[in-house]
Amino acid sequence: MKSNTLNRKNPLLSIHSFLMMAFIYIPVIVIIVYSFNDSRLSMSWEGFTFDWYLSLLDNRNVMEALKNSLIIALTSTIVSTVLGTMAAIAMRKLMSKSKGAIAGLLYMPIVVPDIIMGLSLLVLFSQLGLDLGKTTVIIAHITFSISYVYVIVSSRMANMGNQLEEAASDLGATQWETFRYVVLPSIWPGVIAGALIAFTLSIDDFLISFFVAGPNSSTLPIYIYSSVKRGISPEINALCTIMILVSVALIILAQWLLNRGNREEKKTSMLPF
Amino acid sequence: MIMIRLENVEKHFAGHPVVHPLSLKIEEGEFLTLLGPSGCGKTTILRMIAGFEHPTSGVITLDNEDMTYLPPNKRDLNLVFQHYALFPHMTVEQNIQFGLKMKKLPVKEQRERIDEAVRLTQLSALTKRYPHQLSGGQQQRVAIARAIANKPKVLLLDEPLGALDLQLRKNLQTELKQLQRSLGITFIYVTHDQEEAMMMSDRIVIMNNGRIEQIGTPKVIYERPETLFAATFVGENNIFHTEDRLYAVRPEKIRVHHEVTADHQSGIIHDIVYLGNIHKLIIQLDEEQSFVTSVLDFTDQRTWEIGQSVGVYWAPQDEVTVGR
Repeated sequence: MKSNTLNRKNPLLSIHSFLMMAFIYIPVIVIIVYSFNDSRLSMSWEGFTFDWYLSLLDNRNVMEALKNSLIIALTSTIVSTVLGTMAAIAMRKLMSKSKGAIAGLLYMPIVVPDIIMGLSLLVLFSQLGLDLGKTTVIIAHITFSISYVYVIVSSRMANMGNQLEEAASDLGATQWETFRYVVLPSIWPGVIAGALIAFTLSIDDFLISFFVAGPNSSTLPIYIYSSVKRGISPEINALCTIMILVSVALIILAQWLLNRGNREEKKTSMLPF
Repeated sequence: MIMIRLENVEKHFAGHPVVHPLSLKIEEGEFLTLLGPSGCGKTTILRMIAGFEHPTSGVITLDNEDMTYLPPNKRDLNLVFQHYALFPHMTVEQNIQFGLKMKKLPVKEQRERIDEAVRLTQLSALTKRYPHQLSGGQQQRVAIARAIANKPKVLLLDEPLGALDLQLRKNLQTELKQLQRSLGITFIYVTHDQEEAMMMSDRIVIMNNGRIEQIGTPKVIYERPETLFAATFVGENNIFHTEDRLYAVRPEKIRVHHEVTADHQSGIIHDIVYLGNIHKLIIQLDEEQSFVTSVLDFTDQRTWEIGQSVGVYWAPQDEVTVGR
């Protein structure tokens, strides 16, 4: 009610929000619209077609990049979800004075510029004499994904308190049973949300992958980048559209899981970034 | 038979004493209450008995076996948590079953114990519900059912009714007391509510600043408090100072007369508080610069007015020395 009257009294506000939305979403919408454009020359609208989506399936390079992306995303998601969750659990038990510092270090990959992450990982891999390929991309993706999983799982744990674990232990559960039957089910939505975010970040990452990928480990973003150098084809628009939809779907799913998990406590939380 | 024994148990947190060395024996089947203000150490003692804290020094035994450093899951006792600590992802039934499952009891016995616990706590209609679908009082019942289903030797209760409103609290106090009688389990109950302690306990341990002030039955605690703290924390009391001692007189032992005579103390009525079944006179004494409270029950038909001069009297045997 209040916001309605506010809008009516102040049309500038609605204009402002409309412009903001337009600014954010027009580029994305343009890509989606042109992915259905029946013309090689992207600039003019020639009619509606699904051809570009179909031709993606026949493009061997795209399929190869997709396969790489999926292998990398799945592997790095599994490893980083396990490690990130373990870090969150360990950090909650930690009573040491250095707790703040360690938490800071865990956040670090989120705030360090990607280009520095990529460059430093490249230097590290060449120092170690590792050949650039899928393995190095996977390691790189695990490195930054752990932080996101950690942040999400520990935000989920923050409103859990010690009492449930104490209750389980009081009722005769060993540490493992307490974890298995009480802690894990409580943090499960957070773990899954963390995994979905890690997967999305891995699929979408360009900059870091670009530094550490080898000749046969091009991911979808790297493929898109290298084809754009030869001009933007409607096929690329179609590929981008698919990636946008998949990413949005995964983020919505993660958000929904987090909120569903918070249902009992009757509050909603946003992903922490 | 002594069920739990604390011998010179002491607890420091970060070098700061929370519980000073104390010893305590708790009988089998007893309802014992640890009573005191927040921060007095009562919850710490309970958590040491449950195994969540280890004493800095001293020994705790259960049924004559040393359990000072035994982990909580190895102790044959259960704790009812202040905020219930029900598992949110389990139904009422699954919550109650949890302890039985951890003990790996045969399924048939699990079933029987769940049914019994549910019946004793009147939860039969709610077994398939999740905790967030229950009211505070119902959640409290589940917490109790989950604990008693394990048939522990001792049930520890950490301010279990603290979060409930007054009427519900009164009802559950009665229920808990009856439950304790019918189960015959030793109860160790922590509360800061002196009325609750008085109505439920066989014995009360009054605590203050990490020390035991007094241990005794509600009657002894009320009628013969040993320290100033015990005298003022439980019920109302008039405290008098003389050169050589400190003594307390309960308001209901103070008699007030319209006539002022030389062999009684005298004073002026400062305030009158009417409470239905009783009324209180707050009297400023002429000789001492202090107030006394006198409680008159409903049978007293005399009329009183603020500002009236009255005689104040009490029998010497009603003076309870509580310190020097």
